[in-house]
Amino acid sequence: MIVAKDYSIELDVIEGNPTLKALDDVIIKPIDERPSKKFNIVLSITVTLLLILAVCVGFTFYFGIGLWGNNQPVAWAFDITNFVFWVGIGHAGTLISAILYLLRQQWRNGIARFAEAMTIFAVICAGMFPIIHMGRPWLAGYLIPYPNSHLIWPNFISPLVWDVFAVSTYLTVSLVFWYVGLIPDFATLRDRSTNKIKKTIYSIFSLGWRSSNRHWKHYEKVYMILAGLATPLVLSVHTVVSWDFAAAVIPGWHSTIFPPYFVAGAIFSGFAMVSTVLIFVRTVFNMEHIITIDHIEKMNKIILLTGSMVGYAYVIEWFMSWYSGTPFELFTAMNRAFGPYAWAYWIMVSCNVFSPQLFWFKKIRRSIPITLLIVILVNVGMWFERFVIIVSSLNRDFLPSSWHYYKPTIFDFGILLGSFGLFFTLILLFAKTLPVVSLAEIKSVVKGAQPDHRGGNHNA
Amino acid sequence: MPDKKLFGITALFDSPDSILNAAKKIKEAGYKNYDINTPYPIHGMDDIISAKPSKLSYITLFIGFSVAAFILSFMWWTLAINYPLVIGGKPYFPLPAFVPITFEFTVLLGVLSTVFGMIAIAFNLPYNSHPLLDTEYMRNVTSDKYGAIIEAEDPQFDEKKVKDYLMSLGGNSIESIYQPEEIKFKVFEPKFLIFLTIVAVLSAATTYISIDKLMYITPFDFMLNQKKGSAQAESSFFTDKYEMRQPPVGTVARGFLLYEFIRVADTNQFYGNPLLPTKKVLVLGQSKFLTFCSPCHGDYADDNSRLMAQFPPGPTLHSARVISFTDGKIYNIITNGQNVMPSYDSQITREERWSIINYIRVLQRAQNPKPSDFTTIKEFKKESGNVQN
Repeated sequence: MIVAKDYSIELDVIEGNPTLKALDDVIIKPIDERPSKKFNIVLSITVTLLLILAVCVGFTFYFGIGLWGNNQPVAWAFDITNFVFWVGIGHAGTLISAILYLLRQQWRNGIARFAEAMTIFAVICAGMFPIIHMGRPWLAGYLIPYPNSHLIWPNFISPLVWDVFAVSTYLTVSLVFWYVGLIPDFATLRDRSTNKIKKTIYSIFSLGWRSSNRHWKHYEKVYMILAGLATPLVLSVHTVVSWDFAAAVIPGWHSTIFPPYFVAGAIFSGFAMVSTVLIFVRTVFNMEHIITIDHIEKMNKIILLTGSMVGYAYVIEWFMSWYSGTPFELFTAMNRAFGPYAWAYWIMVSCNVFSPQLFWFKKIRRSIPITLLIVILVNVGMWFERFVIIVSSLNRDFLPSSWHYYKPTIFDFGILLGSFGLFFTLILLFAKTLPVVSLAEIKSVVKGAQPDHRGGNHNA
Repeated sequence: MPDKKLFGITALFDSPDSILNAAKKIKEAGYKNYDINTPYPIHGMDDIISAKPSKLSYITLFIGFSVAAFILSFMWWTLAINYPLVIGGKPYFPLPAFVPITFEFTVLLGVLSTVFGMIAIAFNLPYNSHPLLDTEYMRNVTSDKYGAIIEAEDPQFDEKKVKDYLMSLGGNSIESIYQPEEIKFKVFEPKFLIFLTIVAVLSAATTYISIDKLMYITPFDFMLNQKKGSAQAESSFFTDKYEMRQPPVGTVARGFLLYEFIRVADTNQFYGNPLLPTKKVLVLGQSKFLTFCSPCHGDYADDNSRLMAQFPPGPTLHSARVISFTDGKIYNIITNGQNVMPSYDSQITREERWSIINYIRVLQRAQNPKPSDFTTIKEFKKESGNVQN
């Protein structure tokens, strides 16, 4: 049975027709209330993970990175895997807040704030890894070009230095973008709160914002400029990360497909993480009418698209290793799929390529439990993708006498687990202290929030 | 409240359409200093308030281009001028390899300058003492109401008239906003001075402790505790108990060839000067002579030195005895020292010593010129066109 549907009609961004006051109340409720028992339990779990991170990193700093499983020829392993994984997670946030903004996708308004916050926290997690991977983290300062007594400058030709610039720019721009979006909300919080300390804090951060329409004009313009600058930035960041690999001459890394392949993978994993977290957030904070099932469905469609692009890249990798005519490339490809790390390769393929294909079915796209299962599988798969790219390319290098089967130690696992602790602790603290949905943006897309030039009264 | 100065009259509206309508009417009535406050941007309001689009994008454009030019030339300067390095066989100015950082830096500064320009220049924020803040009006317009304000500075402003006018537009909760009392702070308030003192003491103490104490506490003292032998310590490993090892018998380390004539009084017969008195050699000799020799021997080697009467003076180098010294003898004296004069072996390189000797010879000849020298000088001056004397 074919049902004719009019796709020219936009779906409501928000279900029901809540008043603006009611939206404020729902979104600000978690900030005003004392933390619930559930919140405390979850926070204690994530803080425990964070402590594991602190302990493992402390041990690493004291004894050196010999504590990890890394050794020649697998000099990059969990640390860089985690770095690329977390940077990738961040990409969905900027995609939602910048690219979908430029494309006038109004449904982004409900999820943009949260996704931007996730970007920042994910990049914080990511930025940690190259620094602890150095073993002597205080030497990271040499990556900044400043006139020092050694008379040396960073090597601006190295992709690793590009990475420093790309990731730190990304973090700064995401923070600024996020803060600009928060200014009107801080003003709302300031005018709602009766507690003197809270009011002072909100006043400082709101900068004295008055919601003036003379200001809104500039504000919207600047938001557009930021979105326009952040869009190429987000594509460039994972491109630069991929150059860390593609500019090397290791078979399995030295490939022109890496930049688009990494960007697609980043958006794929980022959306999976956004979905994972938002599914919990909308239930816990009773925001099913703001973060609706339509949002989840739309994100699932993007996951399906980018998942297929990633699958296509896997196929092209095989083709290129054959087409290149290099025995080393072909060996690396075979080694990936059937070598000692075949288990990781097939976990990656089944999680990333096969599982999102279920999203072709509308019923599955709109089913919360199955979506949750698939997006978690995608997260696992994307972590394994980076693991496979790094470890399986390195463990059998040109010299068979130095082949080595990499095994992570308990500290590797501790730091991986701990980075999740850091991420979710920051997420929880954010959800408790700041509005998880942009008040100003969500109000502007409520039905009747914009003038219909017929004299309608929204709040009546 | 007669003392307080009126800032403006506000009115609240209930729907986006009514505020749009009110804004239109206020503008048509000829008011200049008015504002519309809404919890989110209302479509179509920009056209009513002012037709001009925001000019902030020019900041982005200007800063973006300037920063791109700056960072590109900075990278070129570091890698090609300041410390030229060939990396990976690439040229000193590999433009494609400079593109990523140029791009990232442009975006970074473009974003920061735009946002700074918006907040500081366009909004004139932070402004937490604005009269509108902390009013019932503001509490409503940041939540769910749409407000309009006509400010007292407006030329047409008349309290009664404006109130009636806003009422007639359908506005409710008409409110008069007054300027807040100005609060002034004195700089020399004792509390503030005490605060400053505490900050100064605390930051000084923190700096002192972190630099002078903390850095010598485990684990930051790892540089001091290295597992290595130091030169003068007793070795528990080698049988002869020396930490510092001797080179194998009959070998000489590179650059450590000993000077053969230590404590040999007369080496006249061993050395001739390997350097000719060219201009380059004499310039080097002059600079080294002025650095190392002149403090005692005088700038013209004539015993008239800066250390006269403070230190045993060096003898003049114009005596018949010194003139009769061979170059090798002088070389030996510089190298080994003589009487009070110490050895300059470690301070003046071999080439510089020979250059100094050439320069001393020039000084000596200048004091005792031969008649032929004058003709040479005259000819030289004629050639160079300088015939005054």
